[in-house]
Amino acid sequence: MAKILMKGNEAVAEAAIRAGCRLYFAYPITPQSELIEYMARMMPKVNGTFLQAESEVSAINMVYGAAGCGKRVMTSSSSPGVSLKMEGISYIAGAQLPAVIINVQRGGPGLGDIQPAQGDYFQATKGGGHGDYRLIVLAPASVQEFADMASEAFELADKYRNPVMILADGMLGQMMEPVEFKAPKTDEEIAELWKQHKDWCIQPNEDGDAKHHHEINSLEIDPLMLEKHVNKIYAKYAEIEKNEIRYEEYNISDDNEILCVAWGTASRIVKSAINELKKAGKSIGLIRPINVWPYPYEAVAKAIGPKVKQVYVFELNTGQMLDDVKIGVNGKVPVKFWGKVGGVVFTPAEIQAKLEECF
Amino acid sequence: MTKELICAGFGGQGVLTIGRFLAQAGMAEGKNVSWLPSYGPEMRGGTANVSTVISDEAIASPIVSYPDILVALNQPSIEKFAPSIRPGGILIYNTNMCPHGCKRDDIDIISAPMVDIAKEIGDQMVLNMLAIGIIIGKTEIVSYAAMEKDLTQYMGGRRPELLEMNLKAIKKGIEIGKG
Repeated sequence: MAKILMKGNEAVAEAAIRAGCRLYFAYPITPQSELIEYMARMMPKVNGTFLQAESEVSAINMVYGAAGCGKRVMTSSSSPGVSLKMEGISYIAGAQLPAVIINVQRGGPGLGDIQPAQGDYFQATKGGGHGDYRLIVLAPASVQEFADMASEAFELADKYRNPVMILADGMLGQMMEPVEFKAPKTDEEIAELWKQHKDWCIQPNEDGDAKHHHEINSLEIDPLMLEKHVNKIYAKYAEIEKNEIRYEEYNISDDNEILCVAWGTASRIVKSAINELKKAGKSIGLIRPINVWPYPYEAVAKAIGPKVKQVYVFELNTGQMLDDVKIGVNGKVPVKFWGKVGGVVFTPAEIQAKLEECF
Repeated sequence: MTKELICAGFGGQGVLTIGRFLAQAGMAEGKNVSWLPSYGPEMRGGTANVSTVISDEAIASPIVSYPDILVALNQPSIEKFAPSIRPGGILIYNTNMCPHGCKRDDIDIISAPMVDIAKEIGDQMVLNMLAIGIIIGKTEIVSYAAMEKDLTQYMGGRRPELLEMNLKAIKKGIEIGKG
């Protein structure tokens, strides 16, 4: 298929539909409005359901219901709207249901502004909602990757029966890049996916057998039963930590004097600075976590070459990933952080200047 | 080869569209492209800009610090972006709205009364197409053929007289760009 020049917001919506998403509930918010608009336009054409809910809280609970029916369902929002969804996300995780949530991050806290930021890393990877649960969190750095992650997110959600978040930002949502889509799933394939969920989801009870009755619930009033339930979910998370670590290595070599760690769009700006300094004979490597939960701790540790004297973390927040990098580095070399906040995006020139200070 | 552009002007002058068509034509020619608009509470009469990168290699940052080419349709755009043009780079500006021009002598400067020329061609609205033409004429960053094909496709057979006017503006721009 030929490449199409598309905004990230639209590309991920198209990719989600192709991946078999036929139910989408959301409430508009900048900078992800093109996503909801695209869904409003396209869902009716594939006999899907688009519904603009009266609030984000309502939208995520619609997702909860649809996920309980075993259907591929998605919602999207931007930072303040995602905060509103957090209660529902915790319920969905507690009930062990597959669902996809997209966060096109903007500046915070509070209503903040509408410019790109990465301030929701803590919320996405460390909790956000209440209780012991995890989200699988995918962090795209290009429009193509954003689109590819739609189908990956649905596969992972189904595989582990757990909500999956795609953690993008306003820059990725608004920018256009060429994107190539996978072939869309046919109606038969989508029906087949649904059937695969029949041992846990709500489906028509064709043979009237009472054992096909499934309960979708996140309430377990008996502490011993809840303990067992949470332990079961955590055994699942241990599997995810074993299987789903993904990262990109960029310019990693034994000559590296600095190792950078950055994720999402911030990593691309760091790459430009690395390329520029390479021309001046300076060797700098980059680890980009592609999934930010589970986190590639070992990859960070392994990337520290013999000459590396500094690990440098760059984010569009106040250093929310810094602790994770420090766990990976484990005291081997000093770790520094520099970032921009409030929707201000650093430039390649600024990163280059920060890196030059280390030599 | 990587070419980084910033196009800037008043909202409503079509600067975002300049970047969009260049990116589209670049993609059609098999290059890597990125298009990053300023967005937010911008409106007609406010300022708008777009960073466009066209490259044979994978594009790292879509944010441009030091443009190879700056298209400035008004004076504030020169003040804001001209100091960061790479030495040896190109500034294309609209003399109708940039009365003070640019003082740098280490860059290649092309200026034209773009509003007047656009009006002569038929409508002030083709000013951005004129700018695209100047870029193509000066740098051959994308080919005219790719641009014509994309624009024709974009118009989808609607209002052929408008397509013709746009193509005329691009061709006029190419003449200016070639000097």
